[in-house]
Amino acid sequence: MLAVRDVAVRFGGVAALDGVSFEVRPGTITSVIGPNGAGKTTAFNTITGYLRPTRGEVTYDGARLTGLRPSAIARRGIVRTFQRTSVFPALSVVDNVRVGLHLSGTAGLLEVLLGRRRLRDEETRLARQADEIVEFVGLRHRRAEIASELPYGEQRLVELGVALAAGPRVLLLDEPGAGMSAPEKGVVSGLIRRIRDQGATVLLVEHDMRMVMGISDTVIVLNGGRVIAEGAPAAIQAHPDVIRAYLGSASA
Amino acid sequence: MRRSGRAVAALLALTLPFWLANPYVLHVVIMAGIFGVLALSLNLLLGYTGQLSLGHAAFFGIGAYTSALLTLRLEWSFWVALPAAATAAGLAGWCIGRLALKLRGAYFVLVTISFAGVVSLVSINWMDLTNGPLGLPGVPPPELGPWSLRTKRAYYYLVLAAVAASSLACKRLVGSRIGRAFVALRENESLAESVGVDVTHYLVLAAVVSAGLAGMAGSLYAHYTRFVSPEVFLFTYTVTMVIMVVAGGKGTLAGPLVGAGLFTALPEALRAVTSWQWQMLAYGVLLVLLVFFLPRGIVPALTAVRRRS
Ligand SMILES: Nc1ncnc2c1ncn2[C@@H]1O[C@H](COP(=O)(O)OP(=O)(O)OP(=O)(O)O)[C@@H](O)[C@H]1O
Ligand SMILES: [Mg+2]
Repeated sequence: MLAVRDVAVRFGGVAALDGVSFEVRPGTITSVIGPNGAGKTTAFNTITGYLRPTRGEVTYDGARLTGLRPSAIARRGIVRTFQRTSVFPALSVVDNVRVGLHLSGTAGLLEVLLGRRRLRDEETRLARQADEIVEFVGLRHRRAEIASELPYGEQRLVELGVALAAGPRVLLLDEPGAGMSAPEKGVVSGLIRRIRDQGATVLLVEHDMRMVMGISDTVIVLNGGRVIAEGAPAAIQAHPDVIRAYLGSASA
Repeated sequence: MRRSGRAVAALLALTLPFWLANPYVLHVVIMAGIFGVLALSLNLLLGYTGQLSLGHAAFFGIGAYTSALLTLRLEWSFWVALPAAATAAGLAGWCIGRLALKLRGAYFVLVTISFAGVVSLVSINWMDLTNGPLGLPGVPPPELGPWSLRTKRAYYYLVLAAVAASSLACKRLVGSRIGRAFVALRENESLAESVGVDVTHYLVLAAVVSAGLAGMAGSLYAHYTRFVSPEVFLFTYTVTMVIMVVAGGKGTLAGPLVGAGLFTALPEALRAVTSWQWQMLAYGVLLVLLVFFLPRGIVPALTAVRRRS
């Protein structure tokens, strides 16, 4: 179980997170919502090691993640995507995913230089896995195309493929549906459900309330760096503080 | 088609000293080969991880001095001195990597430049070890069983083997998860980290392998010219390497070799036909034209043309 305990992050005078605690139950889709600037991305950055909290800690299955580098956290099965589209621009779709499979490979320098036979088997396995993932995110027809030349929505699917390739036990998605058309969002929702059904835990940041309320098992609401509500989607939609936070930000 | 092309190239390379008997031309070819190894080595860093080392001549020089000193002072065999030279340069690459790659970008460039400056100063001033500016004459040629590789023809085959081995090493590296990690760091470092690519580990690894290859080239150079002086650390060597990699096509396997061939042969060809001033001018104009018309390099441009046809 992923647990965030009393985490605070300050940027100069701004308290981006101010004593945030929550737990993410394994096997669920848990969403983090809140108005712009609420601290959602900051929470993701803290969990995945891109930021050091000024206070508090993040643990996974009881082991401390805080203080580890992002690559070490990924090694423990906690993998994130980025709010701003983030692919390996000059690489093809399938090569993007192959980079994502980094941790599934084992080849070291000497083995590579000596060209061991075992390596060829590993490369074959990785190539097959990459193809399966490309297929899973629905980009088979784009397989060999350069990632930066794809339309925006498909680049977001490439990102999802890269993250999935890393074999996440907990997958953190930062606004995977942002800038997508309604049908594209439907596809992403479907993928997220399938990812959860295959056993991964999903932590989702998303502004599209229809998508959030449709797929989440639990919703956590952040506002001004604090958790103001947590519960099932229906309860959250009726929560007076949540309604106030959203109306407040909408009128601002 | 590609396979038969490659077979012809291999045949040409293997028989070259027999139909290219002119020793001067053979000399140029040997130098092109040594620079080819250097360009391959720089390309690992610049082309694949995206880090510019402007101190690459330092690794070349460390390799040259290590090999020269081990064979001259300790009378080691060339065949032991060569890997030792690569190891010494690789160690230097490791230090530079640990030191500079935490900062990266412009800082890495600066640290590599200063490192080359420091090593060059050491070679000039540590008279007891390096003989200072006078350099080390009489570096022995490699011995292979009863033969001594002192002829150009024999040395050509040694360099050819080194180029082939370096190319193979780069090819295997680039086609592996290690090479993919290098490229991932060049393309998008934070995304690479998010899927478990350890930035420091892979950048240092690239620096070590790159420096090691450059050290090997240095050893080949020392035992070919049989003389090593602080000139091996000249900044122009580094600049030449960068030009070769960029003009040939950084981030490709063939690019550095094409660049090395072109930019070793070109100055020699120009020297034969015009005076020094015109040489520099022609060289400069060609560079500008290349950057202007083939910004990604010769090999990527050729690949694009072939794909279109
Ligand atoms: N690197 C940074 N330096 C300074 N301030 C920052 C930095 N990153 C975030 N902040 C501030 O911290 C607060 C929380 O930002 P964060 O990006 O976490 O919000 P968010 O909930 O993800 O918002 P959005 O919905 O717009 O993505 C904001 O006030 C933001 O301006
Ligand atoms: Mg955000």
